[in-house]
Amino acid sequence: MKLADNILDTPEQIPQRNGYGDGVVEAGDANENIVVLCCDLTESTRSAKFEAKYPERFIEVGIAEQNMAGISAGLAFSGKVPYMSSYATFSPGRNWDQIRVSICYSMANVKIMGAHAGISVGPDGATHQALEDIAITRVLPNLNVIVPCDYWETKKAAIQMAGIEEPFYMRFGRENVPVVTTEDTPYKIGKADTYRDGGDVTVIACGSLVYEALVAAENLSSEGIDVRVINSHTIKPIDETAIVTAGKETGAIVTAEEHQVHGGLGSAVAEVLSLHHPVPIEYVAIMDRFGESGEPNQLMKKFGLSSEGIIKAVKKVLKRK
Amino acid sequence: MAFTQNLYYIKPLTPLCEVNDLGVTDEQINYIEDMANHIREDIIKMLVEAGSGHSAGALGTADIFATLYFHIMKNDPKNPDWEERDRFVLSNAHICPVLYATLAEAGYFPKEELLTLRKLGSRLQGHPHRGTLPGLEASGGPLAQGLSIAAGMAMADKIDGKRNRVYCMIGDGEMDEGQIWESLMFIGKNRLHNFTLIIDRNNIQIDGFTEEVMPLEPLKDKLTSFNFHVIETGGHNIRTLIESFKEAQDIFEKPTVLLAHTIPGKGVDFMEFKPEWHGKPPNKEEARKALAELRSLGGKITCEHE
Repeated sequence: MKLADNILDTPEQIPQRNGYGDGVVEAGDANENIVVLCCDLTESTRSAKFEAKYPERFIEVGIAEQNMAGISAGLAFSGKVPYMSSYATFSPGRNWDQIRVSICYSMANVKIMGAHAGISVGPDGATHQALEDIAITRVLPNLNVIVPCDYWETKKAAIQMAGIEEPFYMRFGRENVPVVTTEDTPYKIGKADTYRDGGDVTVIACGSLVYEALVAAENLSSEGIDVRVINSHTIKPIDETAIVTAGKETGAIVTAEEHQVHGGLGSAVAEVLSLHHPVPIEYVAIMDRFGESGEPNQLMKKFGLSSEGIIKAVKKVLKRK
Repeated sequence: MAFTQNLYYIKPLTPLCEVNDLGVTDEQINYIEDMANHIREDIIKMLVEAGSGHSAGALGTADIFATLYFHIMKNDPKNPDWEERDRFVLSNAHICPVLYATLAEAGYFPKEELLTLRKLGSRLQGHPHRGTLPGLEASGGPLAQGLSIAAGMAMADKIDGKRNRVYCMIGDGEMDEGQIWESLMFIGKNRLHNFTLIIDRNNIQIDGFTEEVMPLEPLKDKLTSFNFHVIETGGHNIRTLIESFKEAQDIFEKPTVLLAHTIPGKGVDFMEFKPEWHGKPPNKEEARKALAELRSLGGKITCEHE
C-alpha cells in the first residue's frame, strides 16, 4: 500500500481535524443536502470552512450538545445529511442518550464528528481528554465508528460516509500528527489496511498510534523482529477477516490506541480473536485511569502511547507466543 | 403535603375571540368529537389488553389529536411519506397509545393491530420506534428528545423554503428536562414560524402535581420570553382548539405554542385529575366502567352495548 515518502524521517505534520474541515466542504460541494451543525466550537472543530462557503447550510446550535443531536436527527428525517460537530468529550460524551434514541434507534443519517479526542489535547487536562468515546459509541446498534490515522484519511472518511445512509461517529485529534498516507492511498470504510507486512507479530492500531506502530516496526526489524502493521480505522463494523488472518499468520497481537484499555479497539480485536482464533494479545492504551494536563508529546510518552510503548508490548507478547 | 398552589387547570378559559367565524360546520365539529371518543375507547381497550402503559395523558389529549389529524394537519394516511405533509412529533412519547389510536382511526394501519400494543413482534412498541409503523415521524421515550427532532424538521423545511408545518407535543412535566429549554432557545432564535408546539398542560407528573415536583409557572411568561407567540387554550373544546391552531397558522414572525390546559384522564370520571393514573392501565373491571362511560358519552346516551 502506497504511504507517504520519508514518513519515518521527516513526516509532514497536519492536524486530523483539518481533514474533516476540508472533507466536509468537498462532500458539501457534491451534495447540497449536507448541512453542518456546531456547538460554539466552529473554528476549532474546523467546521468554519463549511460555514464560510455555505452559510445557509450551517447551523449554530450554541452550547447545547443534546439539542444538536436531536436537531440533526430531525434534519436527517427531512432529507438532510447533517454533520454535527463538537468536542468528543461533549458529543458523544454529554448527549449519548440522544445519540442512542434520536439517531441510532431511528437509523437517522447523521454524522457525529468528535474533535479534540484523546489525551493529546494536552494542557486542558482530564476533563477535556476524550478517552471513553470509542467504547460508548461502539456499543450502540446501527452506529459506525471511525478513527482515522491522519489528515488524508480523515478527509476521505468524511467524504465517503456521506454516501452511506447510516449514522456514523468519527473521532479525531487536535494536534499536528504525522501524515502517513497520501491523497492516492486507497481507503474504504470497513476495510482495515495492512501498511507493513510481517510474520512474527501484528500491531493493530488506530488514529495517531498508526504512525507510532510503523516507527516501532521499523526499529524492531533491526532487531530481527518482523512486525505486521494494520491500520484498523473502522472500529465498527470491524474488519474481522484482517484480524483473524493476522492472528493465524503471526500468532501474536498488539493493539494500540489513544483511548481507555477497556471498550476500545483493543477490546474489539479481543472479541474477534477470542471467538475465532485466540492468540496472546497485549494492549497499548490508557490503563483505566484519567489523564492530566501536560504537553501532548509529554502525555503520549508518559502514558506509553508511543513507539517505545509499542516496542515494549511487542516484546512482551512475543514471550507469551 | 397539601397542594397550596393555584389550580391552573380549573381556571375558566375565555376564548380569544368569537368562534362563529371559523367556517367550521357543526357537522365537522361533531365528526371530530366522535373521532376523539373513538380514540378514547381504543386507548382503554389497548391499555387493558397490554396490561401496562400510560392512561391519563393519552385520554387527556385525545381531543387535540382528533383536531390535528382530522381537521388541521395536511396528512394522507394512504401516502404516509407524502413530501408535502405536515409532520407531528410526539415528544412525551409515553402517551403513544393516543397517537397509535389516532393513526389507526385515520387509516394509517388496520385498527385490529391496536390490540398488539406492547406485545412481542408488534409494530406498536411500548414507546414509538420510527420506521416500524406508517405515520410515526420519530422514535421517543426519553423525554425532550422529540422537541429537538421536530425543531430539526422545521429547520430543514425552512432551509428548503417549504410551506408545510411541524407540530410537536410535549408534556408539562417533561419541561423539567434541560433539553427542552435548549430547543426552545433554538426555535426562538431561528424564528421557526412553521413550527407549532403543543404543551399538554395537565398539571400532573409521576410524583404528583407539577407545581409541587418542580414549578413551571409563570409558564406563559417563560414561553413569551423565549420568543414564542403563546396561545393559551382549553384542550377539550374542539372549536376552541381549531381556533387556536388557525391563529398559530396566521403568525408569521414567530414560532407558536398552544399552552393547552387539559384534564388528565378526560372522559373517564374516576381517572380525571388523578396523578396515580399517569403510568398505569385500567384492569378489566375499570376498563368496563370506562368504556361504558365513553360509549354513553358520559351518561348522555344509552350505551348500545349494554
